[in-house]
Amino acid sequence: MIALLHRDLMLAFRAGGGFGLGLAFFLIVTVLVPFSVGPQSELLSTIAPGVLWLGALLACLLSLDRLLALDFEDGTLDLLATAPLPLEAALSIKALSHWLTTGLPLVLAAPVLGLMLNLAPDGYLWLIASLALGTPALSVIGAFGAALTVGIKRGGLLMSLLVLPLYVPTLIFGAEAARRGAMGLDGTTPLILLAGITLGTIALMPFASAAVLRMTLR
Amino acid sequence: MSLWEYANPVKFLGLSARVQPYLWAAAAICVVVGLVWGFFATPDDFRQGSTVKIIYLHVPAALMAINAWFMMLVASLIWLIRRHHVSALAAKAAAPVGITMTVIALVTGAIWGQPMWGTWWAWDPRLTSFLILFLFYLGYIALWEAVDDPDTAADLTSVLCLVGSVFAVLSRYAVKFWNQGLHQGTSVPVATGGRTVSDVFFYPLVISMVGFGLLFLALVLYRTGTEIRLRRARALLARSKKEA
Repeated sequence: MIALLHRDLMLAFRAGGGFGLGLAFFLIVTVLVPFSVGPQSELLSTIAPGVLWLGALLACLLSLDRLLALDFEDGTLDLLATAPLPLEAALSIKALSHWLTTGLPLVLAAPVLGLMLNLAPDGYLWLIASLALGTPALSVIGAFGAALTVGIKRGGLLMSLLVLPLYVPTLIFGAEAARRGAMGLDGTTPLILLAGITLGTIALMPFASAAVLRMTLR
Repeated sequence: MSLWEYANPVKFLGLSARVQPYLWAAAAICVVVGLVWGFFATPDDFRQGSTVKIIYLHVPAALMAINAWFMMLVASLIWLIRRHHVSALAAKAAAPVGITMTVIALVTGAIWGQPMWGTWWAWDPRLTSFLILFLFYLGYIALWEAVDDPDTAADLTSVLCLVGSVFAVLSRYAVKFWNQGLHQGTSVPVATGGRTVSDVFFYPLVISMVGFGLLFLALVLYRTGTEIRLRRARALLARSKKEA
């Protein structure tokens, strides 16, 4: 398992792995927001938590294509499916490496971008906490979407259509926690619910992803 | 005599051909009676005026939109567990009917909401949940269209239906939570009038609901038959190509 994680991380970090792409996308989306809604700092500070959450979500989605597609093309997935390691575990590891290369940098970059969007001072801790708790769920759900569409040619758009509705609960609770925090309210309730969703998806989604992947590889 | 005998496509088609004329007739009678009674024979509501009458389209369509997904869920489970092709095809056949019902519910809701709430759309929990349901239908149908191999398509869409159901329920409660947090004591009256409705409106509504249910059943049987015959035709084509 560690070898697989090591391999995936290496592939992501080395040239052409697209490690920074998600982060760059996140940055650009956030920079474009003031251009589209105007530079009024009050307005920006109201929408900042939502914009940052949406940007992180889209950045996650963007990099999902790479999660399984390349391994599917060169036959690695077939090997993984026949390996002694259960496919569920392999997919969990893949989701973990996706989170380490996409979700974690987003969490770390979010405060800086929050500064640009004039996020309220109270909101930073809540934003980081909600993103740190929520992005693993995005990766695990995304792995399911990637497994579902990996056998389809040009499945990228279809995957967005399938994955985005599944992201709704995570987005609602995550953005709600960040928003309440930024308004100076207590965001514990949505944060706990968000943690529940994350833990639930981490526990259950790999089984669905592996089942789907077996159907595709059959 | 077990229910599973009808997993045989020939038996299924035979029964569905025998039942369908009655089903269509019953559905037509119920829908027509319910709608005509509702539109022309009920008094105007004292507050809502005649706009209340759109309820006879709106509520049955919304009801069937949810039940269609539920039926797809059951059919998907049967396909995954017992691998009856008829079941998978029935789920496939139900999806477009379900999405149509969802669109009818959303559109009639908007038309009703405009004079009543003064807005076509509000991010009310119910409205939002239905929009999410619409997206789930869209993804489900798109996945059926995208996969070439019919068995793989049935497998993948079935799992999507199961996972989607869980997330649809999650979204339902998440959306409730979200909107209460967003504006407390919203001025938008939620469409819960159904339970407190008086008998004058209630009887045609029930007939209309039964009619929509029967209509859904008839449509699904018809479309499932079409899917079975389509698959049979494809198999024959493939065989004749092989022989040629």
